[in-house]
Amino acid sequence: MWEYTDTVTEHFQNPRNVGEIPDAQGTGDVGSLACGDALKLTLKIENDCIVDAKFKTFGCASAIASSSALTEMVKGMKVEDAEKITNEDIADFLGGLPKEKMHCSVMGREALEAAIADYRGLVLPSAEGEIVCECFGVTDIEVSRAVKESNLRSVEEITNFTKAGGGCGKCEDKLRALLLETVSEDLKTVPVIKKAKKMTALQKIKQIEEVLDREIRPELKKDGGDIELIDVDGDFVTVSLRGSCTSCTNSETTLKEYVEKKLRELVLDSLIVEEDK
Amino acid sequence: MTTGENSVVYMDNNATTMVAPEVIEAMMPFLTDYYGNPSSMHTFGGQVGEAVSKARADVSQLLGCDVEEVTFTSCGTESDSTAILSALRAAPDKRHIVTTRVEHPAIKNLCENISSFTGHKYRVTRLKVSDEGLLDLDEYVRALTEDTAIVSVMWANNETGVVFPIAEMARMAKNRGILFHTDAVQAVGKIPIKLKELDIDYLSMSGHKLHAPKGVGVLYVKKGTAYVPYMSGGHQEGGRRGGTENVASIVALGRACRLAEEMMEEENTRVKRLRDKLEDGLLASIPRSLLNGNKENRLPNTSNISFEFVEGEAILLHMNRFNICASSGSACTSGSLEPSHVLRAMGVPFTAAHGSIRFSLSIYNTEQEIDFVLDKMPQIISDLRQMSPFWPGD
Repeated sequence: MWEYTDTVTEHFQNPRNVGEIPDAQGTGDVGSLACGDALKLTLKIENDCIVDAKFKTFGCASAIASSSALTEMVKGMKVEDAEKITNEDIADFLGGLPKEKMHCSVMGREALEAAIADYRGLVLPSAEGEIVCECFGVTDIEVSRAVKESNLRSVEEITNFTKAGGGCGKCEDKLRALLLETVSEDLKTVPVIKKAKKMTALQKIKQIEEVLDREIRPELKKDGGDIELIDVDGDFVTVSLRGSCTSCTNSETTLKEYVEKKLRELVLDSLIVEEDK
Repeated sequence: MTTGENSVVYMDNNATTMVAPEVIEAMMPFLTDYYGNPSSMHTFGGQVGEAVSKARADVSQLLGCDVEEVTFTSCGTESDSTAILSALRAAPDKRHIVTTRVEHPAIKNLCENISSFTGHKYRVTRLKVSDEGLLDLDEYVRALTEDTAIVSVMWANNETGVVFPIAEMARMAKNRGILFHTDAVQAVGKIPIKLKELDIDYLSMSGHKLHAPKGVGVLYVKKGTAYVPYMSGGHQEGGRRGGTENVASIVALGRACRLAEEMMEEENTRVKRLRDKLEDGLLASIPRSLLNGNKENRLPNTSNISFEFVEGEAILLHMNRFNICASSGSACTSGSLEPSHVLRAMGVPFTAAHGSIRFSLSIYNTEQEIDFVLDKMPQIISDLRQMSPFWPGD
């Protein structure tokens, strides 16, 4: 059973603004039956102000709640302000969504964006992208955007937010490449580390050091910590935590949940990180 | 979650069942007074061993086999893994497995990852099913080769209740000298089984699907059939499955098997009638609803119905407000993003696959409960359809 917040349950059970505005100035139609959820959002706009919003949704409880929340949020808003609403805002309005359900809030944001574009007579840029995930029809532009906006750091997170990769899984490599590209763009670093299946020990050490330097060390330093690479033996990576990390009770979690996860994602997914004690 | 006193209308018995009161009564002494170890030399432990033997006899009675052919395990999944890996090790030169596209994850995922368990690559043939969920026996025969190590086909499907012709399929495998396993977790206790008369080599069952508690299962292995323990350890279960016996649950399972035998008639008459009443009523009162799975070759307790243009999780959560418990094959309920592999294998269109609800009854369901569900469902579906952008209108 999903753990929905009381607000999600309340909006699911008593959805606001169900229906369709007949002479809507903006209509956003996203999702499909095949995908398992879809939302049709209609907006009544006067003097660049959203005076009414209605929705029709096919989907699970969180899709219905996200749609209901979205209509409540935008009513009375200036179009230019509504435009700034992110999927995280929708999720926050509902007191949060289970991570596997974040794509429901993304669907809300997409419908809003489509409705506003429709009002302005524009074509959405995301529709022009190249389809990466065939199963759910997700484009590279949509994926990159979700990665940036929600600070996604793994393929699994991309799937939770955009559904891409949640079907046959064949696009996993493409998504990983897109993730690396987007993340490194974000970090303003040029070299993209390609995940090679077979690496020499030297290549492995070099890449691990590079990721430690570029990604991990700056994060640890924020909290007054540091990390040093001691040894790489096969898939076993021995490191030593320094600074405030040494006295931190969460150091084991940092090591496994952050350092190991990062190295697996960016270097080799079989790596095992251990602390030198 | 409330229990008992009929506060819950429980129609999710293919997921798990209520532990029967007589089963609780039978197992309780082994959680209190009779805590001895069956392997001990003293009478205090020895009498517990007798209770385990008695339970084994009860299980073999329901399955129509010998007591030596019954091994207690922790669950259906353990039984499945033990059977398949035993068969593969028994035929080390054969590298082919035949199964179906609609197996439970216990078999499906094992077959998908078989190389990580065996260190060898296997070719896996997954038999197709028709739009009614039935197998094509000609395709099955063609799939059997010299290289086939084992066939594993479920007796009855957990989602649709469709029953496969296991007796015939086992005979066909035997004629080719191929070992045959069946995951009978949903079938045992609902349809009569006489293993003595059949060519089945391995059969898996699970306690909690027939009113025993969770955490106990059985693997039947036909006498003389290859067996390799999955869990090595002490001499328990004749050396077939190490580990101190889960005595209370084993005793419970024995009692539950006796109950299932007593109730088999009722399951196939009264329960079946209730299921049919529910199914016919829903299909008649709710437009654009359809039955998933063949109507005839089916367990007496299961009905899987799709309500077009609405989504399963939303339906279930509205049913939940009335304390009605069921399951769905929709993507959202599974945590995955695609609807059930069983419905997809049957080619159920997306308009319907996302809105499938499985009702699975037991001997504890009543006519009043059926009437209650029949009363509530049309409004639930109608409300959600009014909200659906795809609903073409009544």
